[in-house]
Amino acid sequence: MGATVVPDRVDAWLRFEPDGSVWIRTGKVELGQGIHAALEIVVADELDVELDRTRVAPVDTATSRDEGVTAGSRSIEESGETLRRVAATARRALLAVAAARLHVGVDELRVEAGVISTPAGDSCTYATLVVDGALRDLLVDPEASPKPSAARRIIGSSPVRQDLLRKVTGASAFLQDLELPGMLHGRIVRPPAPGSRLRSVDDAAIRSLPGVVALVRDGDFLGVIAEREEQAIAALRRAGSAAHWSDAPRLAATSDPRYLLALPAETIVVRDRRDGPTPPRVARTIEAEYTRPHIAHGSVGPSCAVARFDSAGLEVWTHSQGIFRLRHELALVMGLSETNVRVHHREGAGCYGHNGADDVALDAALLARGRAGRPVRVQWMREDEFAWEPYGPAMLIRLSADLAADGSIIEWRHDLWSHGHETRPSQGGRPADQSALLAARHLARPFVVPLAGRPRAASSGGRRNAEPYYRFPRDRVVDHYVAESPLRVSALRSLGAHANVFAIESFVDELAAATGADPVELRLRHLDDVRAREVIGRAVAMAGPRPAHSGDGDLLRGRGLGFARYKNSAAYAAVVVDVELDTEIHVRRAWGAIDAGMVISRDGLANQAEGGIVQAVSWTLREAVSTDASGVTSRDWDAYPTLRFPDAPAVEIDVIDRPDVPPVGAGEAMAGPTSAAVANAVADASGVRLRDLPLTRERFIAAAG
Amino acid sequence: MTGSAGPGSAVRFTLNGQPSAVDVPADTPLLYVLRNDLGLKGPRFGCGLGQCGACRVIVDGVARSSCDLPVSDVAGRTVTTIEGLARAGELDPLQRAIVDLGAGQCGYCLSGIIISARAFLDSEPQPDEAGIRAALEPNVCRCGVHDRVLRAILRVSDAAGPRQ
Repeated sequence: MGATVVPDRVDAWLRFEPDGSVWIRTGKVELGQGIHAALEIVVADELDVELDRTRVAPVDTATSRDEGVTAGSRSIEESGETLRRVAATARRALLAVAAARLHVGVDELRVEAGVISTPAGDSCTYATLVVDGALRDLLVDPEASPKPSAARRIIGSSPVRQDLLRKVTGASAFLQDLELPGMLHGRIVRPPAPGSRLRSVDDAAIRSLPGVVALVRDGDFLGVIAEREEQAIAALRRAGSAAHWSDAPRLAATSDPRYLLALPAETIVVRDRRDGPTPPRVARTIEAEYTRPHIAHGSVGPSCAVARFDSAGLEVWTHSQGIFRLRHELALVMGLSETNVRVHHREGAGCYGHNGADDVALDAALLARGRAGRPVRVQWMREDEFAWEPYGPAMLIRLSADLAADGSIIEWRHDLWSHGHETRPSQGGRPADQSALLAARHLARPFVVPLAGRPRAASSGGRRNAEPYYRFPRDRVVDHYVAESPLRVSALRSLGAHANVFAIESFVDELAAATGADPVELRLRHLDDVRAREVIGRAVAMAGPRPAHSGDGDLLRGRGLGFARYKNSAAYAAVVVDVELDTEIHVRRAWGAIDAGMVISRDGLANQAEGGIVQAVSWTLREAVSTDASGVTSRDWDAYPTLRFPDAPAVEIDVIDRPDVPPVGAGEAMAGPTSAAVANAVADASGVRLRDLPLTRERFIAAAG
Repeated sequence: MTGSAGPGSAVRFTLNGQPSAVDVPADTPLLYVLRNDLGLKGPRFGCGLGQCGACRVIVDGVARSSCDLPVSDVAGRTVTTIEGLARAGELDPLQRAIVDLGAGQCGYCLSGIIISARAFLDSEPQPDEAGIRAALEPNVCRCGVHDRVLRAILRVSDAAGPRQ
């Protein structure tokens, strides 16, 4: 995929300051993934300025570009590639002016730390040339040639991430740390379950508590505001008995993803390649069914926003992934014009997709209205986050393969059942009576809750990576899209690719076991893409000799592999894991190989790959949103356990740099391969095949019989 | 000693080596006092339940969560937050190692993790890796930098050697 360059002005992207620093204007936001550090590397390298002189300007709807949502691992391939060309355009223009001024040819100039010099020692700086108008009205040249790979200084290296300094010293680093003058603290009194209506509330009992400034009620939306944070929390707790709610409708069972089969589904054939020559006779057919439960984003930092209403309108500070979309929906719900809403991005804790970030911004806005210009900060409680965020949806996948007498695969069939994976705020893409923001559905004039939409493209939503990357003689992929979801769902890191790759890569191992083939060899037999073959080869080589199957006492050991090319068009990833089974399943070691094209920050890429593996090990072994008829029951870290330090695997990453191949994002590539590698390792260790995530001790015991 | 502070009676304790006093109700959780009254944003709200470690501080040498600790419980005691680890402009070796090894992504959990590790290393200067892992059990990290954090702590502790 190419860069999305539109012919616009260089100074809309880059601002050269007199002190030599260069500010980068992007609409892509920092989510903890290190994207701003990567964009700084791109610009510093292309311009030959020092890395610490480039900085991404604060992202805000009033001054930043609308680059859509920061998601889908697209920031490097979109903004990174655009900025390389913007910087190349700027560099070429600046050197042309410098050459004329210094009376030498452009080819004789060299640039170091933003200083352009001639062989004779004459020099000038970027900053002075810019002040003199060298970039005035300059348009970005989409054809501008960035530096050849041999001339790069920083790209591909591993600079230290400077933002970590603030984060390890306790400096104010997050939106959660923002303090504005006169700021009040709010908390939201949520219904006990979705669909429950607010019958009455004993206002006086709450208002009489110390520090309480206001109780805000609008239909079933109820919020408390206090001078101090702990006072707002105390008022929230008091509201537990002061607010009276109607019973909620019983929640359909969702803990077993097979609930999907009972709901109406729209059947869409994604691909059908069953024409062509008559296949050999089918000797046997193998089938298997895999499931993934709802998974919570479970950010360690609960969602937070600060809002202020004054005569100029509404101003909001948020860690949303899409501030322009958020502005649109805030204006819609609050009955304002978009021109009177300004949304500032500030970094929050890692979100891994669409969590409560947008919702809490509306909560804060609703509480800030009527506060006479005093800002209101709302941070969700842990329970709000776990009970109300939009989860990564449950999925069910049925795979079947026809085998010839010699064990070769004749035909591959993939059927998936999934809701949509996206209910983010929209920018006018929905009817005006719909809003994705949580509180909008609770207002006296409620907004309609949008459905998680039908996938629009082959690589979106539940279909992502459903099409096998392997070449089989015949195959068919069918999406059973289930529109109505009992639980609120939206985008979680890698969308449907996680479950699809888990299923495909588990099934490949099952076919290998059924036909006596080697799992690595079977994969390579059906892959002709050399980059795919290389990541597999590297991961397997890194892992080295296989561990002995049995260890001390009852300990069992096993090794498994998983592979995917993310979206079938982005980064290549292969993961090998070693597991130990005692009374639990432990992933002790993991090796990952990744090829995301040209490497911007080697350690940044390795860190994303490593984190992706560890997070996916947590999903694979521990994580599932639990419910009963009354609603979501996994409302804290005890009821929603995740992988912790005692059980975290040691991880090694092999980063393959292809300096002349356009870069792609890598943050989501490891999820599916990791889950499959773990299941394959469990089967290798014990002969027990687990097909339902998470792979728990109870499921192992049940399957082992 | 446990103070019985109420309106008008300040809770006094030692904070990052300096005497400190706050005049808030005795049951106010220490976390909000640190963040909102004393301007120390390093301890972070994660759960309010003592389950995730994001708000950890060291109280008389022991790491513990501050979100569920009434401020009166630290009266007369010594509290160290992440802000108190650097000395005379020099980062604590743990802070340095985390930055140098890129052992962070979003970083929201890092102050609590470093606090757990510092308290542990102070009590156990030559730990094994299993001991470090156990000491960090109370800390949730969601970005998956666990192994990098373990390598950073091993680099600082005397246990640095071949990984198990």
